Amino acid sequence: MRHANLVEAFQNILPSESVLFEPEDLRPYECDGLSAYRQLPMIAVLPGNEAEVIEILKICEAEKIPVVARGAGTGLSGGALPHADGVLLSLAKLNEILEIDPVACTARVQPGVRNLAISEAAETYGLYYAPDPSSQIACTIGGNVAENSGGVHCLKYGLTVHNILKLRVLTIEGDVLEIGSEALDSSGFDLLALMTGSEGMLGIISEITVKLLPKPETARLVMAAFDDIEKAGAAVANIIRAGIVPAGLEMMDKMTIAAVEEFIHAGYDPDAEAILLCESDGSNEVVANEIEKIRDIMHESGAVRIDTAHSDAERQRFWAGRKAAFPAAGRVSPDYYCMDGTIPRKHLAEVLRRIEDLSLEFGLRCMNVFHAGDGNLHPLILYDANRSGELEKAEAFGARILEICIEAGGSLTGEHGVGIEKLNQMCLQFGDAERDLFHAVKAAFDPDSQLNPGKAIPSLRRCAEFGAMHVHRGEEKFPDLPRF
Amino acid sequence: MQTRLDEQFQNTPQGREAETILRSCVHCGFCLATCPTYQLSGNELDSPRGRIYLIKQLLEGQEVTRKTQLHLDRCLTCRACESTCPSGVEYARLLDIGRNEVEQTIKRSPIDRMLRFALRKVLPNRSLFAFVLKSARLSRPLLPERLQRMVPAQPKIRQNPPQANHPRRMLVLQGCVQPALNPDINHAAERVLDKLGIALVDAQQAGCCGALAYHLDAQPEGLDAMRRLIDAWWPYIANPDKLIEAIVVTASGCGVMVKDYGRLLKHDSAYAEKAARVSELAKDIGEIVAAERPELTRLLENCPAPEAEAIAFHAPCTLQHGQRLDGVIESILQTAGFRLTRVGDTHLCCGSAGAYSIVQPHIARQLRDNKIAALTRDDPAIVVTANIGCQMHLQSGTQLPVRHWIEILDQVLCGQTEDRFP
Ligand SMILES: Cc1cc2nc3c(=O)[nH]c(=O)nc-3n(C[C@H](O)[C@H](O)[C@H](O)COP(=O)(O)OP(=O)(O)OC[C@H]3O[C@@H](n4cnc5c(N)ncnc54)[C@H](O)[C@@H]3O)c2cc1C
Ligand code: SF4
Ligand code: SF4
Repeated sequence: MRHANLVEAFQNILPSESVLFEPEDLRPYECDGLSAYRQLPMIAVLPGNEAEVIEILKICEAEKIPVVARGAGTGLSGGALPHADGVLLSLAKLNEILEIDPVACTARVQPGVRNLAISEAAETYGLYYAPDPSSQIACTIGGNVAENSGGVHCLKYGLTVHNILKLRVLTIEGDVLEIGSEALDSSGFDLLALMTGSEGMLGIISEITVKLLPKPETARLVMAAFDDIEKAGAAVANIIRAGIVPAGLEMMDKMTIAAVEEFIHAGYDPDAEAILLCESDGSNEVVANEIEKIRDIMHESGAVRIDTAHSDAERQRFWAGRKAAFPAAGRVSPDYYCMDGTIPRKHLAEVLRRIEDLSLEFGLRCMNVFHAGDGNLHPLILYDANRSGELEKAEAFGARILEICIEAGGSLTGEHGVGIEKLNQMCLQFGDAERDLFHAVKAAFDPDSQLNPGKAIPSLRRCAEFGAMHVHRGEEKFPDLPRF
Repeated sequence: MQTRLDEQFQNTPQGREAETILRSCVHCGFCLATCPTYQLSGNELDSPRGRIYLIKQLLEGQEVTRKTQLHLDRCLTCRACESTCPSGVEYARLLDIGRNEVEQTIKRSPIDRMLRFALRKVLPNRSLFAFVLKSARLSRPLLPERLQRMVPAQPKIRQNPPQANHPRRMLVLQGCVQPALNPDINHAAERVLDKLGIALVDAQQAGCCGALAYHLDAQPEGLDAMRRLIDAWWPYIANPDKLIEAIVVTASGCGVMVKDYGRLLKHDSAYAEKAARVSELAKDIGEIVAAERPELTRLLENCPAPEAEAIAFHAPCTLQHGQRLDGVIESILQTAGFRLTRVGDTHLCCGSAGAYSIVQPHIARQLRDNKIAALTRDDPAIVVTANIGCQMHLQSGTQLPVRHWIEILDQVLCGQTEDRFP
């Protein structure tokens, strides 16, 4: 179908303001939270309900047109980067909380509902939705499922996958799949886990039933300041070794603290080389006990200042600062490139040191924010996209960081997904056999590869080309790959 | 964000300022969450990040049409996005630059132009506006009920304020529409400040602060109004014998504008210095009263506590996002013994936004109704706010009385118990 006919077909099912097809209107949709990668879609559609989404999918299926789903566009790996010949499918208008069941502790919501909005709505019942990505104020639950997002409280409460019960998923043909159940286990393959983290490549999520948790009786937060980042790393290890599972355990380095303080005035120690935020929640008694222990461990690990938030408002402010850390980087630098590797905690100090060396080598500053509890590292490489060559330098720096993570026994995405950004590194992490399997799963859902094509799993060819460029210490990394 | 400004903007002061602002946006999307128009439409083009992008493409020399203008028009300039933005993006300033640029290239329809022209001519003109208002009030009984509500009722004027004479003196901004709509606000401010030992001085020639024109696509006209106001105030400010401590503004929408004079006129060599001084002196009435808290507390001890009626406070955007005075007035009201009800989504705009409720009535009405629902869910006896525009706009959608907070503080302090909640 020609462009004009397609537009007309969409206009027949949607209000005219919900079909965007001119560059002027499309440009604000050309990128997500990773604005270094940009691409105008052919058309963007903004359906308002599931029936409209199904109609849209049917048209796209009939015409074999690629479909890229988009939630709030906060993704940091370019997952919602449009396809030049495809339709960008925004789910932001599907933003209704359909039902909260305070007895079963569940909420049934549309995909465009903001993560935080669920907890706000559940608050009346003393409930909340646990996974709290730093972007929770804005990101959608559909996007969270598609990326299997984590957050500062995931150490104790798990990632998105551990907190959802049921999904409605639309196939590229426009058929409705009901996956999972209200019960904790369901028979058959665990498709729920498969859909979680599928980055919009297997189906369009049109409804989500999430688990809600009772708000803990109390939550308290310790902020510990260190004059040496390695000591902070050791403190993290000591806390976990002591058998404590904090509700959250986060680290920020000096540059991050300075940027965030300017926005939120949380009261972090400005002189510290690193600070740890460590939260305990539960019954009053348990928390009092645990906080005492945490303070002791921080002290023994060499903390130079230890504060416990005096009020819930102060506790929230401490977290708000941490959650604003990425965009606060915009105060220090016009652009940042956020990395997302995981490492075994014990290698933290060494990995941070190597990042510092690389920072000197590349001549680019790097801020470090760290989900310390679960070893998920977020180095923010600061660069200036207006200077030619700097983005490429930042990318090369980032790639080296991810390699260090893999060498240290970690992996290359903790929670932000692969998207378009980490395709090459996927060649490093997985061998042929695994990648073949990924492609087979994709084909089972989406035989013509129309759903978010070109993302998350690299083609064989791409890996071969990447491998050829990337000969490590004189030896080829992927001897099993066919060479072109 | 990366920018590639078109040559024509690269070397203008506005172009450079816009570029700095654009570059500070990291495209994180946090601001979408608190933007009232995005909440209604779910369209990126009606979000702060989307508007920033629209302005970016305009300044990068891409062709833009009436559609860009429409999405910029729909912005309330409520600046909730600025409060949310961790990166410190000065969105409203960028919007001013963008709107002005669009205005140069895109011609509005004759009807749209006429409406905007009429608003700019009538509203800031105190006597003309008073005349129009009076005519509307006279014909009020003849109008259908829905329209009746849109015409503000004649407020009761209580006793006139005293001719206070204190060594501490402050200038007061009369404003343009407020004296006709509700003269009692400034009278109440005068009485309260009199009790606190401060005399208010009125500069006779002073008119509109310029906000109306400035935000209705006539920035040069707005700047002229600012210069006129500065001229009217200057003899008082520069008089070494009768020192002026501050310029008191009782409408937060005007306050935010006056506080911005310094920046807006910084390239005007004749006015830059004076404008900066005026901005420095400008204070919301809430700031003034809050600074006198010990004296206020002492005075309150001799007043009967207010009846236990519950108050819902609506913080105008110009107060909380523009002037960043979140919580200041709430705490004064609590000191005065009022019980504040719980209000949801306090960060959201009520839809008044200057002349917005007239030029974008559809969105304005939705926002107003949402706001009233959020304000009344805890069953208050009265709604209070800090800006005449919000007061009138909210009042048009509810039977509950909507008042300026200084009026009810005045009632407590000055013992005017009759006519408490009209
Ligand atoms: C400042 C900042 C902080 C962040 N912090 C965290 C963090 O702490 N933890 C974390 O995990 N992430 C974090 N992120 C990344 C991002 O917010 C998450 O990945 C989030 O889940 C994306 O949600 P979204 O609605 O913005 O999705 P988008 O960015 O719009 O889309 C993300 C992916 O999901 C797909 N998708 C979206 N909706 C659907 C749907 N309904 N059906 C199928 N596919 C869909 C898209 O195609 C795309 O591949 C952060 C991002 C920013 C900018
Ligand atoms: S919150 Fe600030 S930095 Fe983030 S997209 Fe909005 S304006 Fe840009
Ligand atoms: S000023 Fe208000 S309406 Fe305008 S973009 Fe910001 S939040 Fe949205």
